[in-house]
Order: sequence, then structure tokens, then C-alpha cells
Amino acid sequence: MRGILLVARRDFSAYFNSIWGYVVMAFLLVVNGLLFNTIAMGQSARPSTQVLEQFFYISFGTTVIAAVLITMRLLAEERQQGTQALLDSCPLSDRQIILGKYLSAMGFLSVITIASVYMPALIFINGKVSIGHIIAGYTGLLMVGSATVAIGTFGSSVARNQLEAAAVSGFVLILMLVMWQLARLTDAPFTDLFSQMSLYDKHFQPFQRGRINLSDVTFYLSTTFLFLTMSIRFIEPRRWR
Amino acid sequence: MIEVKSLTRYYGSHPAVTDVSFTIADNEIVGILGLNGAGKSTILKVLAGLLMPTAGEVCIDGVDMLDASDSFRKQIGFLPEEPPLYVEMTVNDYLCWVGEVKGLSKAQVEDRLLEVVQLCQLESVADQVIDTLSHGFRKRVGIAQAIIHNPKFVILDEPISGLDPAQIVEIRQVITGLKAQCTVMISSHILSEVSQTCDRILVLHDGRIVAQGSEAELSDQLAATQHVEVTVKGDKLAFDNHLSTQEFIAGHKLTDCRPPYASAEVTLVDDNREALASTLVHSGFGIRSIQAGSSELEATFLSLTQTTPTRDTGGEA
Repeated sequence: MRGILLVARRDFSAYFNSIWGYVVMAFLLVVNGLLFNTIAMGQSARPSTQVLEQFFYISFGTTVIAAVLITMRLLAEERQQGTQALLDSCPLSDRQIILGKYLSAMGFLSVITIASVYMPALIFINGKVSIGHIIAGYTGLLMVGSATVAIGTFGSSVARNQLEAAAVSGFVLILMLVMWQLARLTDAPFTDLFSQMSLYDKHFQPFQRGRINLSDVTFYLSTTFLFLTMSIRFIEPRRWR
Repeated sequence: MIEVKSLTRYYGSHPAVTDVSFTIADNEIVGILGLNGAGKSTILKVLAGLLMPTAGEVCIDGVDMLDASDSFRKQIGFLPEEPPLYVEMTVNDYLCWVGEVKGLSKAQVEDRLLEVVQLCQLESVADQVIDTLSHGFRKRVGIAQAIIHNPKFVILDEPISGLDPAQIVEIRQVITGLKAQCTVMISSHILSEVSQTCDRILVLHDGRIVAQGSEAELSDQLAATQHVEVTVKGDKLAFDNHLSTQEFIAGHKLTDCRPPYASAEVTLVDDNREALASTLVHSGFGIRSIQAGSSELEATFLSLTQTTPTRDTGGEA
């Protein structure tokens, strides 16, 4: 556990010691704020619950983009800058490296997510929404964040550089986002399979509406587990190649 | 003691290192010398635990790296050719973090930090962000990270590459200072560096060790040879052919020269300079100069890596 936390601590502080971390954070918060103002708030009066649902819908998109931007550097940057040799010569297991990297990215994404809380707070103060709805929405965002950061970690572990890492994780994420479309085009049993694998449609909408379903939590945690395991399995044989 | 037994490492189907064996005694500084592509970095990466051997064993005090990879890595400090630095960190923060990752407690790191900073002469930049440091200081930080956890065995891959003469002298002092604390292995293709810093030299060629020993021992191994540089007036190809056919020439290499002149570095079997001059004159070449070749170690190195067959392990050079 100590190794995981040491890797996580260094990577987490690296986001705040470099301009990249601040640029990503500022960009996402500005985009989130603008979209909230133009789409969620809209021109006409709407029920507060609907505005909050729109906010979580927008935040889902920015969370996915944030995950790609945050994770693209995780392992690919180590390879590019030659610091992978330091990690490889340390008494750290591949599991500790991957989990440490994942935790650092997840921590930074959580900071960005929590920094957007002023928007639902405005709705809460000026309208009528329950705290439970806000908590459910943010739980959903953290669940999506966890799964997408794990996918990004996988992308970064298979790629040679950061652009490749962004391309790989972007491809996987887009594939999982359009699963619901594939579900419509196919017959059983693929309809159910694709539908279950959809990152947004089936699993995030309940959170967006203020409900926390155990099956949806399980889906996001399973996706996280799957992609982290794949990342570890992918980097393990590098000493033998 | 570090023991390497029959180490072989393939990249795909290409053998980078073949059947390499050597031992290094405690507190010895050993240099590994070879041309680019000879397999130096591959050996160092295997010793540092970055690569696994295809065959053979690497042991520290009798413990095989494959049996206890974590404890093996705790005993090793590694500086790759390009120092692995997190440039956004300060020198102190970076060294503390590396120390903790390599298994020291916070208190142990704090105790050790001052010692390492002094040894590597980093006092003036200890609180500086690494990104702002010169190349020489970055190398020193690289060495500091390799020794922060008090390893038994320190591996330095081309530690002076890219440094100016003043920095080379400083780094040489740092490396010599390490001898009191640990065993050191240095790779370099700079002959003078290896001869000045190391107690013993391993000469590597085409993934095999072709000779090993101190500078004097290596020179003794080739005592029967004489290295000369020859410049003649005549056709370059004819000169090349002529040198190839002489029995008293162990090897030769043409060097750059403007027509109508031709030059070569020639390794003679015994001191046959008179015979060389005689045969060149009889063959119609006008001798411009025959002079002693490069330094003793350089001559040895060139002989070992250019002549065939090889003189030690029986491998092909």
C-alpha cells in the first residue's frame, strides 16, 4: 500500500506543479460553466430538477473529456521522459505503479469535479432540489470518472506517447458511448449485451435523475477493475520483451 | 560480490548479449567498455532489473535476481544515460521521494539526504527546481538518486556523456568517492574515462566479453602487438589490399586522407615496423609517415574489437 500511495502522491502533486494541471482544470471548469449557463439554465424558465439533470448531463461529457486529458500523461510521459527506468529499477510491483497512477488521476479528477459544486449550489439556493439528488449526481460523476480514468490508464499503458494514449482511450470511450446505438441495430442477445456496456445511456441516467442503483455502481466499478487489470497485464511482460 | 553467469539476452531473434560471465568484488569500480551497439546498456539494464535475462544468472551475494526481485532492486542504484528526473520537483523533494520509494523510512531518508547531497556536491541547488539545473547538475542529481538508499551496487550508464571538461572532473570525483560505500559499474565508450576511474575493465564486442582486467593487464594481453599509423602516397584500394595480404599485420583500418595519399591504423604482430616499411617501399608506395598509434588502452581496445578471432571467450569479434 505504501508503494501505491508514494506513486499516487508524486503524480498528484505533479498536476499542481505543472502548468498542464491548471490548464486542464481551468479549461474544463470554464467549459462546464459556459454550457451550464447556455444549455442547463437556458432562456426559458424550467423546473429546478430539470436544470440539475441538465447540469449532470453536461458534467458527464466534461468528465469523460477530463479523464482523457488527465490520464494521457500517466505512463506514456514516463516512457517519453525516461523516468520509466526509475520506476522499473525501484522495488515497486507493476500493480503498485498502475494503482498509484490511477489514484493520482482519480484524485485530480475529483478535485475538478468537486470544484464545479457551485453550480448545483446555485440551483439549490435559488430553486427546489433535494440534497439527495445532488449527492446521487455527484456519485454518478465519480463513478464515471473512475471508469474513464481506468480506461485512460489503459490507453496510457499501451501507447508510446501521450497523443497515442489520448487516441487509444478516446477510441475506447467513444466505442462505449455509442454502444446504445449498436444495441438498437442488433438482435438479442447482442442487444442486451451492448445495452449493458453503454457508458452513458443505461447506467448514468439514473444518477442524473437522482437515483443510485447498485447495478450501475457495479457496472462502473467492474469497468474500472477490468481496465486496471488489463493495464497491469499489458505492462508486466515489458521486462521480458 | 556480484556474479554474472552465462548471461544471454535476446531482443526478438537478435542476440544483444551472448554468454557473458564476470564477477565484481565488493567496493570495486568496474568499467564496461565497448563500441556503440556492443551490448553495454543491455548488460546494465539486466543488472538493474529493467530487463530479464533470456538465459543465465545474476546474483548479489549469492541471491539470484529472479528469486527475489524486490530485495535485489533494493540493493541496486541505477543511473541510465539520461537521468530519470521529475523536472517539476526540487532536488530535495525528488531525492526524498526516491529514497522512500526505494524502501527507506522518512526518518532514514532525512538522515541520508544531507550525506548524499554533500557527496554529490548538490548543496547549492538542493532547494532548486530540477528543470532549472544545468546538464552537469542533472547528472549529479541522477547519481544522487542512484545512491540515496545506500545500495550495495551502483550502475552508471555513460555518466559523463554530454558533460564539459570541468563537469567531467567533478563527476569523476563523485564516482571515485562512491568506492568507499559501494561497488560501482560504469559503462562508457570514452577510453580515458574508464582507464582513469576504474580498477578493472571489461571489453565488450558484439555482445561478448573479449577481454577483462586492469589497463596494464589488458596491455600485457596485447604485448605482442604494435599499433602504428601509416600514411603513404599511392592508391587507397591498392594500399588496403596490400595491408590485407601481409602476415605480420594483425589488423588494419583505413582512415580519412586526401588523394593521392592513403592512411591506415595498423596493428602489427610484434614490432615489425621495419618489415612494414620495407614491403611498402618494394610495392611502390611512397612512405610519408609511420608513427606510434593512439594511447596504449585505445590501441588495446581497437585491437580487441577489430581483429578476428577474439582473444578471450572464443567468440567472433
